[in-house]
Amino acid sequence: MDWLNAIVQGTLLGGLYALFAAGLSLIFGVMRLVNIAHGDLIVLAAYLGLTTTVALGVHPLLALIVVVPAMAAIGYALQRGILNQTLGDDLLPPLLVTFGISVILQNALLEVYTADPQKMNAGALETASFDLGGLTLGWLPVLTMLVAIAVIAGLQWVFYRTPLGRAFRATSDNQDIAQLMGLNKAHVFGLAMALALAVTAIAGLFLGIRTSFDPSIGGGRLIFGFEAVIIGGLGNLWGTLAGGVILGVAQTIGAKIDPGWQLLAGHIVFLLILAVRPNGLFPRVAA
Amino acid sequence: MSSILKLDGLSRSFGAVTVADSLSYELAQGEALGVIGPNGAGKTSMFNLITGTLSPDAGRVEFAGRDVTSQSAASRSRMGIARSFQVPQPFSGLTVFENAMIAATQSAGLTGHEAETLCLTVLDQTELLNKANKLAGGLTLLDRKRLELTRALCAKPKLLLLDEIAGGLTEAECKSLVQTIRDIHASGVSIIWIEHVVHALLAVVERLVVIDFGRKIAEGDPHEVMDSREVKEIYLGIEADA
Repeated sequence: MDWLNAIVQGTLLGGLYALFAAGLSLIFGVMRLVNIAHGDLIVLAAYLGLTTTVALGVHPLLALIVVVPAMAAIGYALQRGILNQTLGDDLLPPLLVTFGISVILQNALLEVYTADPQKMNAGALETASFDLGGLTLGWLPVLTMLVAIAVIAGLQWVFYRTPLGRAFRATSDNQDIAQLMGLNKAHVFGLAMALALAVTAIAGLFLGIRTSFDPSIGGGRLIFGFEAVIIGGLGNLWGTLAGGVILGVAQTIGAKIDPGWQLLAGHIVFLLILAVRPNGLFPRVAA
Repeated sequence: MSSILKLDGLSRSFGAVTVADSLSYELAQGEALGVIGPNGAGKTSMFNLITGTLSPDAGRVEFAGRDVTSQSAASRSRMGIARSFQVPQPFSGLTVFENAMIAATQSAGLTGHEAETLCLTVLDQTELLNKANKLAGGLTLLDRKRLELTRALCAKPKLLLLDEIAGGLTEAECKSLVQTIRDIHASGVSIIWIEHVVHALLAVVERLVVIDFGRKIAEGDPHEVMDSREVKEIYLGIEADA
């Protein structure tokens, strides 16, 4: 039963990792941009959520109403103002620039919020749980998983059922031809980043409710996000959810064997999958 | 008749290779112009200069009376310049219908039902309607060529640039293509057509321009140009007095 419990809890943890990863997956899928600052943007969203809850005295989940549009606006401005200029045939400039943004964000957060760990107060939601066939499930992890599924289903719907998604896919397919068809690449990429950071806002809020956070934890979240994306296969959103779950289960099982093994177990499973299936389990984008 | 397109002293070179050498000509509203020239003469580069994917070192491009030299490819597309590619370049991960819809919504600026109706009409005209829900990446060469034309037409162009669209087609396919292009021309669309299949070209165009090393070396009535000494020497590679 203990093992089953570890697997179930790990699966639910995977929902949070999928939320970390969905934005990364989307951005890579649309514009082949590897965003090193993604983890720090998640932390930024958590801090924006904290400020909103404190300033307005609202529940952290209600803060989404403010943080989601704020992060989307930041995403659009960041893409149009900086990142579009770095995109080209060479993968290196966007890597370097997003790394720089990561450093700037971390230090700005340190300056404004100090290095003290913070946590959002979600009241009863944090500890509420229910029994299911002998297992005790927390409402928060279950809610996180449900939101992750909803977010990925929503992104999938946007991608395959809306004119915006059609524009994303066309631009991703062939940027030059897309421009000849009247698509403004800079704007399309701006919208993609806005959408990705809107998802990141949700990820940041759930992170901040679940655990304490400080300005330095972005890097770790980035790694989890990357691992989930790569396990699932680049550019495949449902694969990203599966990747998050596999990572979460690996971590909880590792922690069950020895509490010190939590992170290591996740990384080992990631490396094993990378060794056996270098393109991930469900690759969509041909390498 | 006013001119829809005016190239004025367009020049562009890549190092020592000159793809456009003070290229100038005008295209009248509703005219169909043919362009021939040897491989590597700069014909496709000329299209790149007109559509805005390549910027000139010198010279100007005027479209519908406006200087568009500094306009992006996307905004020129929305103004009404559409092209097909010699090597078809569909959005291979999108369906045939979605490919058409991109042109109809983004380039022609249509929405919803209006865009869908246009796409269905054009797909019917280009004989792709029964493949509308197939992924473009899985099409045969002929169907890819048809899709190139479909996308260009769904952009509701004022000026249509066709790049060797008849190459690699059978005689029957070529005939039906010529008829389609004639219909498009008859509907008032101005056309510039680069083509090696000369008899197909001559069945449509009213004027012919010959390009070599990025320069315009002959221009005029298609049959006169084809019979001229320069064309025989340079384009066909035959010594005129041999």
